[in-house]
Amino acid sequence: MKKIQLSLLPKLLSAIAAKKALYLPVDGKAGADYKRYEEGDTLSRACRTNRSAKDFFFPQVEDMAAFRVEGKKIEIIDTRKENEDFVIFGVRACDVRSFDILDRVFLADPVDTFYENRRQHATVVSLACDAPEETCFCRQFDILAEDPAGDVAAWIVGDEMYFKAKTEKGKKLLSSLDVLLADGDSAPVEKEKKHLEAIQHKLPISEFNKEHFKPEDLMEHFNDPAWAELSEACLGCGTCTFVCPTCQCFDIRDFKTNDGVLRYRCWDSCMYSDFTKMAAENPRHTQLERFRQRFMHKLVYYPANNDGIYGCVGCGRCLAKCPISMNIVKVVKKIGGKKA
Amino acid sequence: MQKMMQDRARELLSSGKVDRVLGWIEGDFVYDVTPHVFRENDIDQLIYHSFASQNLSKYLVGETKKDGVIAVFLRPCDSYSFVQLLKEHRFDREKVYAIAIPCLGKVDAEDLRAMGIRGITGVTDGKERIILHTLYGDVEKEKSEVIAERCRKCRGVHAPYFDERLGEELTKEPLTDRFEMVEKLEKMTAEERFAFWQDELSRCIRCNACRNVCPACTCEKCVFDNAASGIENKAPASSFEEQNFHIIRAFHVAGRCTDCGQCSRVCPQGIPLHLLNRKFIKDINSCYGEYRAGADLEEKAPLNRFDVDDCEPGDVVGKGE
Amino acid sequence: MKKEALIPEIAVITDIRIDTPDVRTFRVVTPDGKKPFEHIPGQCAMLSIPGVGEALFSITSSPTNTEYMEFSIKKCGCVTNFLHAVEPGQYVTVRGPYGNGFPVDTAFRNKDMLFIAGGIGLAPLRSVINYCRHHRKDYGKIDIVYGSRSMQDLVDYKEIIDEWCHEDGIHVHLTIDREQPEWKGHVGFVPNFVKELQFDTNKTAVLCGPPIMIKFTLAGLQELGFKKYQIYTTLEMKMKCGIGKCGRCNLGDKFICKDGPVFRFDQLEELPDEY
Repeated sequence: MKKIQLSLLPKLLSAIAAKKALYLPVDGKAGADYKRYEEGDTLSRACRTNRSAKDFFFPQVEDMAAFRVEGKKIEIIDTRKENEDFVIFGVRACDVRSFDILDRVFLADPVDTFYENRRQHATVVSLACDAPEETCFCRQFDILAEDPAGDVAAWIVGDEMYFKAKTEKGKKLLSSLDVLLADGDSAPVEKEKKHLEAIQHKLPISEFNKEHFKPEDLMEHFNDPAWAELSEACLGCGTCTFVCPTCQCFDIRDFKTNDGVLRYRCWDSCMYSDFTKMAAENPRHTQLERFRQRFMHKLVYYPANNDGIYGCVGCGRCLAKCPISMNIVKVVKKIGGKKA
Repeated sequence: MQKMMQDRARELLSSGKVDRVLGWIEGDFVYDVTPHVFRENDIDQLIYHSFASQNLSKYLVGETKKDGVIAVFLRPCDSYSFVQLLKEHRFDREKVYAIAIPCLGKVDAEDLRAMGIRGITGVTDGKERIILHTLYGDVEKEKSEVIAERCRKCRGVHAPYFDERLGEELTKEPLTDRFEMVEKLEKMTAEERFAFWQDELSRCIRCNACRNVCPACTCEKCVFDNAASGIENKAPASSFEEQNFHIIRAFHVAGRCTDCGQCSRVCPQGIPLHLLNRKFIKDINSCYGEYRAGADLEEKAPLNRFDVDDCEPGDVVGKGE
Repeated sequence: MKKEALIPEIAVITDIRIDTPDVRTFRVVTPDGKKPFEHIPGQCAMLSIPGVGEALFSITSSPTNTEYMEFSIKKCGCVTNFLHAVEPGQYVTVRGPYGNGFPVDTAFRNKDMLFIAGGIGLAPLRSVINYCRHHRKDYGKIDIVYGSRSMQDLVDYKEIIDEWCHEDGIHVHLTIDREQPEWKGHVGFVPNFVKELQFDTNKTAVLCGPPIMIKFTLAGLQELGFKKYQIYTTLEMKMKCGIGKCGRCNLGDKFICKDGPVFRFDQLEELPDEY
């Protein structure tokens, strides 16, 4: 365990930034968001950023390849480059878990090299939650907000910040900062964890019957009549999917540039009407089917393919951001609650 | 008010005058409100308070395609969207029973969070004051301190095309001049203004919430979703493209935007999108005389008619300054 | 950097056969004249024209063809419209193979096969039919029911008439939707024709065609006594990545591009009806 006085945190951040690209959540005009560290930036204490941390590995838009087209001839240009090493500082437990969920998609064979490259170059410094929002429910997915995963876990206790390396990458980062860090006793952190856990137990979203979503009940949940009511006010926008740390659907598109074609991928949303639209048909005709797809994927389809792990981390962003306040908690309560 | 609305809705449903009622339902939290179509069995769950923020009129486009008559509760701002949609023949008036309800201004949970008011569990609304019950105790505030930007400019007057009024009309003086920020932007140099919008719009994630909530955006196929349009896109290929989406949208709703403010309310990135629309409203007012979209069913919109003495916009606002 | 599955390879169209007014068959090789990659019958590949788009097509040629790959493509969208306008020598990009393919070396082995196709639905079946013809001794009797709107809309008509119809143990049953003066064969829709033909229920059936044909043919086969586990089909859904990541072709806990496109009807019964 290592520690540093909070007043020295700016020094620590500059020391990291001197060696690697450093990203951290910073309070902005409309809430906290991750940004590349510049001298003077201070770590936001907000428990949740507007955009999730998935952007670091699965950005909204990224180039995949370029093509030079000349008459009938085509030439492919591999535009990939080796990513720089970077550190994400202050990632909350829910977002750290989302990386595991994305890994199971992008690192499954055949590996997505764009994602893999970023993942390999990243060091994640997580931060325990001391002030969760009432819309937080990560504990419902067995995520311990007081003891986050990551390469290095961090805790703020009083006017000190404690660090514990959890991986080789994490050890390397901490040892590179050795001059600034003092040895810390684990007792204050253990005490703080107990305190933070107690806060977690007070959060209002508790009766959450996610266990009722079992892969073997796939068709029963799919055919539940409650989807009609749950989806009736859905606007069909993509807010929930874009702020969600685990939504990873994408589109691949071409963009004509002056001297050729750029193929890029961008986030896409199963909530959009053209997501499954083919030249002649669309198997999901109405918003009910699109809405159902999103939640069935998180609660039934994803666990069925991934050892029962749910595709939600309880970060609460969809609760805070949906224009009509429809979200996974309401879905779980309505549909999962029936068999209680 | 909530009780009055429930009672009236129940009456309308049981008398057979309407088949469904469009209103708001609460979720886990008092601010977790969703538009909902009620029937007799769940009408006692209809709520109305400071967090019933969503406008309902756009839902009529889909709801009137179904059989039966639907009652809808219209707050003042929503009543203008209602008329504008009607004017554009977007829904079947015969299938709607419109009830005007007063509004004391809405409060957004995200704004409160930014003020440090968290863990909200309940609300007691007053005319001047609001009490927010939270996990950490009650917080009492002047309404004028906490109501949403879109509500600060409201006069509380309905567009007069509803079937009945429930409660009294609560006219009030606006708390702010709605063109104040637009004027500030106009006074900026082109570079400053560009920097302002660059900063705001660069946060856009193209989730389409602003478009999908907008009562003026009712195209069956939006040009940005239409592969055949040639400009279809889901994500910006450049920062210019991002502005493109918002600028085209603002142009498309110009003269039809009722300034309901829902676009800014729903933006997950907190972009003040209403400022684009207000700039158009301000320019239309100064070029063609005061006009309010949705105020009158018959009147032709200034951008839809031509008079020989119409000004050339370039003469009024200057060219490319 | 290691090979990225989403970055395609270059290929050249060397020959274009006009099959019907809206179907053309494209022969594709690498720029040095080789077959782009090996595949199993029923698998698909992503073809693209940069700037126009990328789309998934079933590989029409049989894996036993060592020289080239063929794709029979119906004109119906952005990419296909473009392809229908190109000439031989046109470069395209290709990546694949994607999907599970037909169980030609397991479940189909030594079985009497019944292939039923409608319109462009012959495209994925042609691969498996020609594979079975090539390894003739590994399969029992082969019946092929193929129907289209008109005589002119029968894909691969020449190969069917010149080759398939003359081979021992292969019975081809053609039908068209409406009478035509020069047509001497059967007239009527595929589902009814299948019922009329009264096939033995010990066959393994493979269906491919428009959804409405699939629906009624499936019902017809069940009426004849076929069980759902004896009947296979291949699904079409919008796909972008081809490797089970982009989420588009997700159907229940399956991804059509990875776990499909070939399914048995008893498997489909366990999945949502969203295809």
